[in-house]
Amino acid sequence: MIPINDFLVLSSILFSLGIYGVLARRSAVLILMSVELMLQAVSINFIAFAVYLSPQAFTGLIFAVFVITIAAAEVGLALAIILRLYRNKATANVDEADMMKW
Amino acid sequence: MTYEEVIFYVVAVPTVVGAIGVVTARNVVHSALFLILSLLSVAGIFILLSAEFLAIVQVLIYGGAVTILVLFAMMLTRVRDMPAALDGPQRPFAALAAGAFMVVSIFSMVSTEWPSDTNKINVISIQQIGNDLFTTWAVPFEVASLVLMVALLGAIVLARGEEGE
Repeated sequence: MIPINDFLVLSSILFSLGIYGVLARRSAVLILMSVELMLQAVSINFIAFAVYLSPQAFTGLIFAVFVITIAAAEVGLALAIILRLYRNKATANVDEADMMKW
Repeated sequence: MTYEEVIFYVVAVPTVVGAIGVVTARNVVHSALFLILSLLSVAGIFILLSAEFLAIVQVLIYGGAVTILVLFAMMLTRVRDMPAALDGPQRPFAALAAGAFMVVSIFSMVSTEWPSDTNKINVISIQQIGNDLFTTWAVPFEVASLVLMVALLGAIVLARGEEGE
């Protein structure tokens, strides 16, 4: 059988790549995609812990369902905000959206 | 190497390759296609963890809805026509931060002693998930549906624009 560490290491790698994408990219759409990667890593972690460590309660599985739900809501809202930003500022790059910078 | 480990690597490698593609691709549409590869491979990981329900949800919501939404946003915001500089000047620092996080988290996960048997999967059936979701977790479930509705209404209001525009 696969030890739990394999899944945890995989989710660490995914999460780190997500961090890199969020910090390095300029376009808001690409940042959003990196956030999706990080959410995937979290889901893998939750499910791995649920099936390996708490078979009676399996709270992690339920949590993963909620993570996916909230991620769907977040994508819809974030893309609406990005569209709005593009319409107002003619750019979707986060470093050019500096209206609130003092 | 057991056959389970072979299957694990067959799904884990596309996941990581897809994720690397998402954060490094020079063409934004390629980036989105790599995201699809990565998300579908994660569905395979879920099946390996015997969470079939979540694998199906993953394919439906992420593989279908989310990637299509992202592609639509790319089309509408014309990310493609932008100058080639997709990454900001902070890229080395981003690589440093991500690398440091990866080292710390992998080290802590490998060095931790887990309390119970970590070599055996306990299969949790869809029926059990459904029972729990609608009894123990009924209130969070309803709150989640409310959140979804508010988010979708908000998205419509935000994206529609002002009257007479």
